Amino acid sequence: MATAPTTPQAYLQSLSRWRPIEIAFWLVTLVPFWLFPNYLSLANQIAVAALFALSLDLILGYAGIVSLGHAAFFGVGAYTAGIFSKFVWGEVFTGLIVAALMAALFGYVSSFIVARFRHLTLIMITLGLGLLLHSAANSAHWLTGGSDGFQGISVWKVAGLFKFDLYGKVAYAYSLCTLFVVFLCARRLINSPFGLALRGIRDNWVRMPAIGADSPSHIRKVYTISAAMAGIAGALIAQTTQTVSLDALSFERSADVVVMLVLGGAGRLYGGLVGATIFLIARDQFSGIAPQYWYFWIGILLVTVVMLLPNGILGGLSKLVGRWSRK
Amino acid sequence: MRHMMTAAAALLAAATLPVAAQAQGTVKIGVISAYSGQFADTAVQIDNGIKLYMKQHGDTVAGKKIEVIRKDTGGPNADVAKRLAQELVVRDGVDILAGFTLTPEALGAAGVADEAKKLLVDMNAATAIVTEKSPYIVRVSLTLPQISETAGTWLATKGGAKKVYTMVSDFGPGIDAETGFQRAFKAAGGEVIGSVRMPVANPDFSAFVQRAKDLNPESIFVFVPGGAQPAAIGKAFAERGMDPAKIKIISTGEAVDEQAVKAMGDVSIGRLSAWHYDYNHKSKLNDDFVKAFNAEFKRNPDFFAVGGYDGMHLIYEALKKTGGKADGDSLIAAAKGMKWESPRGPIAIDPDTRDIVQNVYIRKVEKVGGAIVNVDIDKVENVKDPTHGRK
Amino acid sequence: MLPPIFGVLFDGIAYGMLLFVLSVGLSVTLGLMNFVNLAHCAFAMLGGYTTVVLMQDLHWPFFATLPAAFFIAALASIVVERTLYRRLYRASDLDQVLLTIGLAFISVAIAAWFFTTQQQPVDMPAYLRGSYQFFGLNIGVYRLFLVAVGVAVTAMLIMTVEHTRFGAQVRAAVDNQRMARGLGIDVDRTFAVTFALGSGLAGLGGALAIEIVGLDPSFAFTYLVYVLIVVSVGGLGSILGSFAAACLIGISDVAGKYYLPELGAFLIYLVMVAVLMWKPAGLFGRR
Repeated sequence: MATAPTTPQAYLQSLSRWRPIEIAFWLVTLVPFWLFPNYLSLANQIAVAALFALSLDLILGYAGIVSLGHAAFFGVGAYTAGIFSKFVWGEVFTGLIVAALMAALFGYVSSFIVARFRHLTLIMITLGLGLLLHSAANSAHWLTGGSDGFQGISVWKVAGLFKFDLYGKVAYAYSLCTLFVVFLCARRLINSPFGLALRGIRDNWVRMPAIGADSPSHIRKVYTISAAMAGIAGALIAQTTQTVSLDALSFERSADVVVMLVLGGAGRLYGGLVGATIFLIARDQFSGIAPQYWYFWIGILLVTVVMLLPNGILGGLSKLVGRWSRK
Repeated sequence: MRHMMTAAAALLAAATLPVAAQAQGTVKIGVISAYSGQFADTAVQIDNGIKLYMKQHGDTVAGKKIEVIRKDTGGPNADVAKRLAQELVVRDGVDILAGFTLTPEALGAAGVADEAKKLLVDMNAATAIVTEKSPYIVRVSLTLPQISETAGTWLATKGGAKKVYTMVSDFGPGIDAETGFQRAFKAAGGEVIGSVRMPVANPDFSAFVQRAKDLNPESIFVFVPGGAQPAAIGKAFAERGMDPAKIKIISTGEAVDEQAVKAMGDVSIGRLSAWHYDYNHKSKLNDDFVKAFNAEFKRNPDFFAVGGYDGMHLIYEALKKTGGKADGDSLIAAAKGMKWESPRGPIAIDPDTRDIVQNVYIRKVEKVGGAIVNVDIDKVENVKDPTHGRK
Repeated sequence: MLPPIFGVLFDGIAYGMLLFVLSVGLSVTLGLMNFVNLAHCAFAMLGGYTTVVLMQDLHWPFFATLPAAFFIAALASIVVERTLYRRLYRASDLDQVLLTIGLAFISVAIAAWFFTTQQQPVDMPAYLRGSYQFFGLNIGVYRLFLVAVGVAVTAMLIMTVEHTRFGAQVRAAVDNQRMARGLGIDVDRTFAVTFALGSGLAGLGGALAIEIVGLDPSFAFTYLVYVLIVVSVGGLGSILGSFAAACLIGISDVAGKYYLPELGAFLIYLVMVAVLMWKPAGLFGRR
């Protein structure tokens, strides 16, 4: 952070430069392959949750849209990937793309409603739409299998070479690669003029149109993109576990992803990734010790983080680091 | 940012608890259940059944020490159940998968049991198709068609009802129950005059009960999941003046379980149900079981508990037969056709379908010595699941 | 003979009253301090367990346990407010969400630890059971009692807010917090009292709810969605709004199930989305 950038281009370039800490982060994600080969199916689930949290970060962290119904897109992606593999073919990459498109379609349609509201109303509208979709999926038993879960997913080997194995090695590699690619897209998007406009909308919804950035149309765009990303996350869980249940669309899943993102720190790209990692590892460890009472320890974790590190773990840490380096 | 990295690394390090080297003389059982969330009590009772069996029969069988590892799915999450099953197999090296509060959990784990060739003991999940998902799955609990078809046949014949209204929860098990009941009731010459499917998350039943009442039915069939709903719908019947003494209200066992009957009080008297287990079932074995269960957990066992108990019995006996060999093929071969006396009565594992064969009891809620309880009034012996092989 | 529509209306209003008592506190605290308290239903659950313990272990009559449920929940909320919530009044919504969800998680685990995961049955006194016949309608006694409680609570709240000094302070603080401070109103104290009152009402709601919807540790989350729906449909900070919204949700739930059971699971969400699209600030909301 030597000198302040002078032109807008220079500013965006300075944002998009890769810092060593980021490269280190992605190197660490490879560590489980060697150090924790028995934890790869958990790592897979973390990668998927991280991608889901990242998709939420785009709208919550960058555009200020708090959604309690984001599982709708996760679920649409999961069911689409499942249904596609059963009735069309089991090739995974096309499955991902189809799932992303379908989720994007749902996102685009609902974005016209979402873009009109703010605050609690917005939260409740997303919640309501999510619950409606959950009920619809329960009713559409013939298509989704209802509450017993969707049956008959058959996916081919990834790239015709790697079969999803019991250790979750292929699953984690596949999800991690997907996460990384989508992350690159999200990072590019955020560090573009469009990303700047979004932050402007988040901070002042009324003033942005005055400087030529039409708030609702920007919101519609980012909401659609975010829905597509959530759909990819859902498709990953469907393909790597070959299961989809109604839970993919549930309120709990929507609430969990908000908790993960806020825990890690919203509006920082890595917040969702860190939050998902810490939440799921903590949950796995606590529920291993006390399968009935792990809620207690997760609760303590959340309360402690809020009290000590406001704005999430990354938000709090960067503040602490900032204070420390100023001394 | 650097701090974040160290924190993440530390957490990852904490995640690798040392995996105990697999001792030669140990058989590990991985129990996958919804220990937290809405269905927690189910998981707790299954677990109590497991604990009681191990307390009574020791933790060593056929020279092997039995070790139980418990994992929480938090609810009907197929993907979490699948991951936990994978981890149990690859990380903890379990020999047997067991538990399964809910159908999606069992279906999620089925693929793992199949691929890893491990015995999977379904101690609760009641959708018929579960056992068809892998040749390594055996069920000791119940199937819904087994109960609801028996209820339908009984009501139309011995029950003496010719017309019925059905009320079920609108999700997989409810639809299974509705289909089975209506099919058997019609086959026995009865007529279904109306039916309603109620939302799964449904705190208030007054409107649905009013709909039923408008048709003035001679009898009603009810299926609701256990928890808060059985008492709620029972009270709604009472409020509408629908007296079980005048209208035959028959249900599966959840709708008149111990907590529901307690909460309903006198208005539950006369309610009929078809079910495979109740703590009031009269037999020496069950009396001892209930007494021991109370001494250990200060509550009565229910059908979840007996599922856990019988599941452990099956595992112990199978291990005795194989002489401690714990691979899936030997265990499933030993389990097929196994017969034993359970607290619920004589039960067996069908060698063809690996599904439970048991008596279905027709019970009536009565006041016995001041306590309101389910009393067996009839039984249908050795009922198999009627849907396997039916197309 | 009265047509069934009256029965549907009555049941809907009775159910709505339960929702109203459960949610009015959250509406006021959200409207007053913009504090997102997702642990609201944990206080309701505490009230419920208070009633259960007093009735089962100490053999109190049901009516005597209701004030106790109110006070225990109010007391607990004061403790939590003083120790934790105060520090976050000026924090972001998201931090408030994280804190209060964390507290709700903790409350669920504690309830499971002390009271097990079983459903808690309560034995209602005989005079609250059964039903009256009224021109061919069945009027459940307990539902009639719920309506009476709901109306009484509404009347008391409106009296307090409209006709007392404290009420005037609350109204001033909801309308314009900065101005209220400028006029010398101790907004923090006003909020603390309001918060305790709202949580106490939630506790009362939890106690009243056992007979209709049961009680187990998942209560803290199960009814959160319903409470949030009532609050948003009614409009933040509005007592009458919550009252109207609770009636609307209660009636549409019961009527939907009666007339259109196929839509049973959808209807209240549809009503909520429709109302919010028509009036984004809720029925009686001002923003």
